[in-house]
Amino acid sequence: MRLTLEFGGGLDLLCQSVKIHHVDVTPNVENGKLTLRDLLSWVRTSLIKERPEMFMKGDSVRPGILVLVNDCDWELCGGHDTELEEKDVVVFISTLHGG
Amino acid sequence: MEEGKRAVSRLCSICSQRRPALKRPKTLEQICRECFYAVFEEEIHRVIMENHLFKAGERIAVAASGGKDSTVLAYVLSELNRRHDYGLDLFLLSVDEGITGYRDDSLETVKRNEIQYGLPLKVVSYKDLYGWTMDEIVKVIGLKNNCTFCGVFRRQALDRGAALLKVDKLVTGHNADDMAETVLLNILRGDIARLSRCTFIMTGEDGPIPRCKPFKYTYEKEIDKYAYFKKLDYFSTECIYSPNAYRGFAREFIKDLERIRPQAILDIIRSGEDFRISSSTRMPDQGTCERCGYISSQKLCKACVLLEGLNRGLPKLGISRAREAINGSEKLDKSGRLPKAEAERPILQSKPCGNLEF
Repeated sequence: MRLTLEFGGGLDLLCQSVKIHHVDVTPNVENGKLTLRDLLSWVRTSLIKERPEMFMKGDSVRPGILVLVNDCDWELCGGHDTELEEKDVVVFISTLHGG
Repeated sequence: MEEGKRAVSRLCSICSQRRPALKRPKTLEQICRECFYAVFEEEIHRVIMENHLFKAGERIAVAASGGKDSTVLAYVLSELNRRHDYGLDLFLLSVDEGITGYRDDSLETVKRNEIQYGLPLKVVSYKDLYGWTMDEIVKVIGLKNNCTFCGVFRRQALDRGAALLKVDKLVTGHNADDMAETVLLNILRGDIARLSRCTFIMTGEDGPIPRCKPFKYTYEKEIDKYAYFKKLDYFSTECIYSPNAYRGFAREFIKDLERIRPQAILDIIRSGEDFRISSSTRMPDQGTCERCGYISSQKLCKACVLLEGLNRGLPKLGISRAREAINGSEKLDKSGRLPKAEAERPILQSKPCGNLEF
């Protein structure tokens, strides 16, 4: 499944300073679906090159990181269970810094 | 549930017209962008009104670091000033601590904000005020306790800048999360004096420059979402020296709490507001610093003590207890001064001290 991932608020530093990634992620073999939860673990293994604890805490994104799917708050779309579709744009923005 | 996808079949719970774009962190309502902007801005307006933060005709400096909180603050304040006719004269005030790779970049952002929001900008620097940049300080003291120096110096720097701008008040972008963290930190440290003051929305009214926090009840998550959806221009990197700050622990805890029960943030602030100190607890008296006149509960204010330490090559002065701070057997007397013999010794590494007179 082809997706566009954007990293903002300093998170790009964890992905070799690349803000926008066009990726192809294989959905689950059993049901052919890809949830945000699946995407998160894929990102952690394939894209995050340093300090993974800045991006994830346990199975989820670190509290303080905004996640938007097609410009819509992930909390509205089903959180971790949000099912992703071809060409979706997922944005991760860290807000863990001074204001 | 059919496909369990973006089942946003509901409409915005406020206007019932548009599609929701986010779940409001404070109330968990599903609302659209426009309604979010409206409730966000109007709540801040209510806080300003109910707490009588401003008077018409006042000159107000917005402490601006280029980060999301201060950018949103400058944006919303100037918007509300227009919309509700506060009659305020707004300025941007920024502090240059001299942190390469962090502050110089964020200052560029504030300069852009000056143009974008049409608010005149003033920058004050540690170098000019104290003769030391944070980079130089860290070289001397190492990576622990930097935030103590920076925080103390910045507080004074803001007051100096505000005095130069001849403003009546200073506003900072401290938000509800910051407030809750501070309450917890003061409990963890047993700092009763600070605990009793830290939830005030306005402080320093008896001093030269009162300062207030319009975002006191505003969730950081909401500020983030506002800045994102409005596409505001802000700088977002962690200060390179901050990972060792004690506040990080309180922050982590608050963020985890928020996930389980968002209301906890406001409840912690409420607890802080409702604390009553036992009448038998001794509280420090507030006076003024003998050297520079700044507000202080000791004979010398913290900034003067820290600066003295830096200039004498005694970086632990003001950080550690007296005996550890100075090599040898000299002790500081109760007022924080060195005994006469030591005070007359030639200064090792002196740098010209900025004029701290108030």
